[in-house]
Amino acid sequence: MKHPISPEEAVAGIPDGASIMIGGFLRCGRPQRLIEALLASGKKNLTIISNDTGFAGEGIGALISSGQVARVVASHIGTNPDTQKGLIEKTMQVDLVPQGTLVEQIRAKGHGLGGVLTKTGLGTIVADEAEVLTLNGEQWLYAPPLTADFGFVYADRADMVGNLAYTLTELNFNPAIAMAADTVFAEARVIVPVGAITPDDVRTPGIVIDHLIARA
Amino acid sequence: MSKDIILRRTAKELEPDSFVNLGIGLPTGVAAYVSPENGIFFHSENGLVGLGAKPAPGLEDPSLTDAGGGFASAVPGAMSIDSNLSFGLVRGGHLAVTVLGGLQVDETGRLANWIVPGKMVPGMGGAMDLVACANRVIVAMQHTAKGAPKIVPKCTLPLTADRRVDLIITDMAVIRPTDAGLVLEERAPGVTVDQIVEATAATLIIKGVVPEMDLAA
Repeated sequence: MKHPISPEEAVAGIPDGASIMIGGFLRCGRPQRLIEALLASGKKNLTIISNDTGFAGEGIGALISSGQVARVVASHIGTNPDTQKGLIEKTMQVDLVPQGTLVEQIRAKGHGLGGVLTKTGLGTIVADEAEVLTLNGEQWLYAPPLTADFGFVYADRADMVGNLAYTLTELNFNPAIAMAADTVFAEARVIVPVGAITPDDVRTPGIVIDHLIARA
Repeated sequence: MSKDIILRRTAKELEPDSFVNLGIGLPTGVAAYVSPENGIFFHSENGLVGLGAKPAPGLEDPSLTDAGGGFASAVPGAMSIDSNLSFGLVRGGHLAVTVLGGLQVDETGRLANWIVPGKMVPGMGGAMDLVACANRVIVAMQHTAKGAPKIVPKCTLPLTADRRVDLIITDMAVIRPTDAGLVLEERAPGVTVDQIVEATAATLIIKGVVPEMDLAA
């Protein structure tokens, strides 16, 4: 059984310079209370690994605006001009990764795999910074597993075991991150009694969740 | 009007009962020209097989969005998926067609559509996976950008994939990249071959009379 903690308690143990994977796709399925607590904490030099960086001053974008982020690993920053400015003016390190590759690198870590081989990015500037392997005469781009100190995930429902159920397009990167980060915090819309989420509906087993975030 | 031509012509390329991805921006509009009865399932790379129309006012659900972050709906028979499965469907060759916008397409049919270094750096999102791996890639875009040709001899912008796209549909023409080069197949209503050649920096292969696009639904 988990003992739910507040978002403030969750981020208190995160040191400056930590790497954090954050679930969500723009506004959908984003662990907003954890992000807000991280913003309020003033923790800095963070590495954020996420599909996107939200919008200017909103979601992960608020952490970008506040100058708390030193490095971003994301697939799409088009909705946040601040992140684009940081990349162009080199005030931040921004690593752009194809979306399918990024989520597989996260999955590889969580599933104990040595990385993934993909056709995506071959013959583009993405391949310039990657290892290209030739196996049985066929070319593949190698993408190593991606690790992070902390993971913030959002689910629709959690139970006190930490089991998570998601809804609709709130899934996105959340299940992969729950498996991959060293310490995982799960924020859910509601926390329900154990057993209320049927085994078939549990998408992330509670054993991989370190801390549940208490309801607001 | 010019946008309407692109969307209407592109919709005709989609086969009934197929699995299709429409890119963010202009390509998203193609769905409005596709009859729900034809059984096409639209892929939304953020996590849905079976993307439906924009919800009516008051029926928006924050937990159901499209890849542009806008409110979406799901058709009967839809499936919500995580990003791993979403891109497994793309890379695994399960998508019949992807329709994307373009910044440049060149004589080899290579597409650049994700970055203008130093100026506009949105990132590739899912575009590299889609172009590298979809069974068919259609580029749907305006023929020119502020009067400047987008169909060029060689892309000067970073490529999205090392793959020849299958068809280019613009407000002026339908062009098919082939081993021999770019073949001008159709012209938009009221547009002459000379006008298309004028608006295209790349060499076009023109065989005989170029027919007008059939835009009838």
